[in-house]
Amino acid sequence: MVETVINVKNLRKWFPVKMGFLRTLFSRTQLFVKAVDGVSFEIRKGEIFGLAGESGSGKTTTGRLLVKLIEPTDGKIFFMGKDITHLTPEQVKPLRREFQIVFQDPYESLNPRMTVGDILAEPLKLLKVVESEDELEAKVREILEEVQLIPPEEFIFRYPHELSGGQRQRVATARAFVVSPKFVVADEPVSMLDVSIRAEILNLMLSLVEKFRTSFLYITHDLALARHMCDRIAIMYLGKIVEMGTTDQIVYEPLHPYTKALIRAVPVPDPTSRRIEVVIKGEIPSPVNPPPGCRFHTRCQEYIGDICRTKEPPLIDVGNNHYVACHKYSG
Amino acid sequence: MALLSVQNLTTYYKTLRGYVKAVENVSFDLEKGEALGLAGESGCGKTTVALSLIKLLPSNGEIIRGKIIFKGQDIVSMPESEVRDKIRWKGISLIFQGAMNALNPVYTIEYQIIEAIRAHDPNVSKKEAKERVRKLFELVGLDPSRTRNYPHEFSGGMRQRAMIAMALACNPDIIIADEPGTALDVIVQAQVLKLMKSLKEKLNLSIIMITHDLSLISETCEKLAVMYAGNLVELGDVVTMFKKPLHPYTQGLIQAFPDIKEKKRKMESIPGSPPNLLDPPPGCRFHPRCKYAMEVCRKKVPELKEVEKGHLVACHLVGG
Repeated sequence: MVETVINVKNLRKWFPVKMGFLRTLFSRTQLFVKAVDGVSFEIRKGEIFGLAGESGSGKTTTGRLLVKLIEPTDGKIFFMGKDITHLTPEQVKPLRREFQIVFQDPYESLNPRMTVGDILAEPLKLLKVVESEDELEAKVREILEEVQLIPPEEFIFRYPHELSGGQRQRVATARAFVVSPKFVVADEPVSMLDVSIRAEILNLMLSLVEKFRTSFLYITHDLALARHMCDRIAIMYLGKIVEMGTTDQIVYEPLHPYTKALIRAVPVPDPTSRRIEVVIKGEIPSPVNPPPGCRFHTRCQEYIGDICRTKEPPLIDVGNNHYVACHKYSG
Repeated sequence: MALLSVQNLTTYYKTLRGYVKAVENVSFDLEKGEALGLAGESGCGKTTVALSLIKLLPSNGEIIRGKIIFKGQDIVSMPESEVRDKIRWKGISLIFQGAMNALNPVYTIEYQIIEAIRAHDPNVSKKEAKERVRKLFELVGLDPSRTRNYPHEFSGGMRQRAMIAMALACNPDIIIADEPGTALDVIVQAQVLKLMKSLKEKLNLSIIMITHDLSLISETCEKLAVMYAGNLVELGDVVTMFKKPLHPYTQGLIQAFPDIKEKKRKMESIPGSPPNLLDPPPGCRFHPRCKYAMEVCRKKVPELKEVEKGHLVACHLVGG
C-alpha cells in the first residue's frame, strides 16, 4: 500500500471582498472571492504532484493552504493521517519541520539583511533541529553542498544581493530542505529565472526530492515544464480541479475540454508543427461570481446542452485513476 | 534591398563604473512582410537593440557605431526631429513590454490612441481619428463600442490587443513587439500570437519579435536571431536553426525548452550565468559557459560568418 502524505478533502478558501462603509450599509450580501472551491486530492510519499492552471485558478492558494500559511474556510487537510485543518499556532509550529515552501520570487523571499549562513541557520534554530553550534554549522555546510553552492565557505557570509537569481533560488531551496521535511510546496519556483538556468534548478529539486524521499507539490502555469517534472498532474480552473491523472494521461489523453485547450495552447519549440490555429476564446472569468453549472461552459467548445449550465459536474474516475469533471464523461 | 538593414550596431550605456557594453556589432536585415525573432536571456541586449532602432534610448545610452538603414535612410545620423516625424510610429513602432502597465491609467484608450495619431499627423481631424480608432479596434478583435473605456476596465489580453492597435495607428512598416507573451496566460498568449500572425498577413507587416521564449518564435517567425551578452551569435531561418543549430549557445537554449509532446526526459541547461557587461570576457563572450571552449575562444572574438545561404554563425568551431 502506498503511503499517503497529504490528503485533501473538499478544501475551500473564500476570501471576503472588502467593501466600503456605504456599500456595507446598502448591500446585505457579503461577496467572496472563491479562490479554492472544493478540491480533493492526495499526494503520496516521494511523489511529485503538479498543480497547473492559468493565473486566478487558485493553485497558489491551494499551496498556501497545505503548508498552513492561511486558514481554510471549509474542508479537511490530513497530513500523514492526522487532521491538520484547524490548528493553533502552537500546534502548527512542530509541524513546520515537516512541511516547507519555496516561493516564486527569490528576489523577494530572502531577507536582504541576513547572510546566506543566517538564512539557512534560522529554521534549524527556530525548529530546534540541532543541538549545538557545531552541528548547526555542519548542517548549513552540508545543505549548501547539496544545492551546489560550492565551496560553502564562499557563500556562507554572502548577502542575497551578491548572488545571481539562480543562486538565490538555490538558497531558497536549501532553506526549505535543510530541516529534512516530508512535504515541500514549490510555487512557480523558476518563473522568475532565465530560461538557460531553469532546468538546473528543477533538476536540483528533483535530486533533493529523490534523496530525502520528499513529497513535492509543484505549482506551475508552464505545462511543458510540468510534463518533465511531475508524476501526476491536476489541472485547476476557477478554484476547481477539472482533471487529474498521471502526467502521460494528461498530456497524451486529455479528456476535459479545458485541458485539451490548455495543452494545445502550449507553444511547441518546433517550427514545423505550429499550433495556434485553434484557440479557445475569452479569458478566465471572475472568481467572485463564477458561472453556474460547469464553470468552463462559457468558453467550452464541446458544450453538450443545458446540463452544462445548470449542474456542476462531479470529479469522477473514468478508469486507471484518471479523474475528470465533465458531463460528457459522467453520463 | 532590405526594408531595414542594421549594420554593426554598437550601443553602450554610460554608468559611474564605466560603459556597459549592451550591444556590440549587431547586424541583420529585415524584409517587407517578414517576421524576425530576436531571442536571448535577460540582459543580452535585445531590448537595447529595439530601443536603438527608434532612437529611444535612456539618456545614458548611446549608439557608438553602426548604421540602421531604413528605406534607404540612416536612422543613426538622422536628427531627432526627423526621427520623431518620420520614423517613430509611422515607420517603426514599438509595443512595449508589459501590456499591463504600458497604458496610462487616467486616460481612455481612445484618447491615448488619438494622441498618438495626431502627434504624428496633425492634419487628421478629431472625428477622423475617432473613426480610425474604431477601425483599429475591429482590426485587433476588440469591441469598437468600448473605445472609451479606461485601461483598468480591460483584461490583460484586451490591453495587449489595445497596445497592438495603438502601434498600428500610423500604419507603420515595422512593428517591434517586446516580450509580447510574458505576463499573459498560455491561452491568451496563443490568442495574441494568432492575432499578430493574421495582422502580418493582412497588412504585409514586418515584425521583430523580442522574447526569451524560443517556442513563441518558432510559432510565428520566419527568421531567428540569437543574442548572447550583447553579441549576435547566430542568425538564420527558423526551420534550419531549430533542426541544426550550430552555435553551442543556441543548442543549449533550444535544449532548455522542453517539448510537451515528447517523452519525459531529464531537463538540460547551460551551466553558469551570463557575464557582467561592464567587463565582458575577452574573446568569445560565451566561452566561460561553453563546453567546447578552446584556446582561441579565450583570445579572439569570433566573426559572424555565413556557413550556408542565410545562416550565419559566430563561433570558432564552425567554418574553420
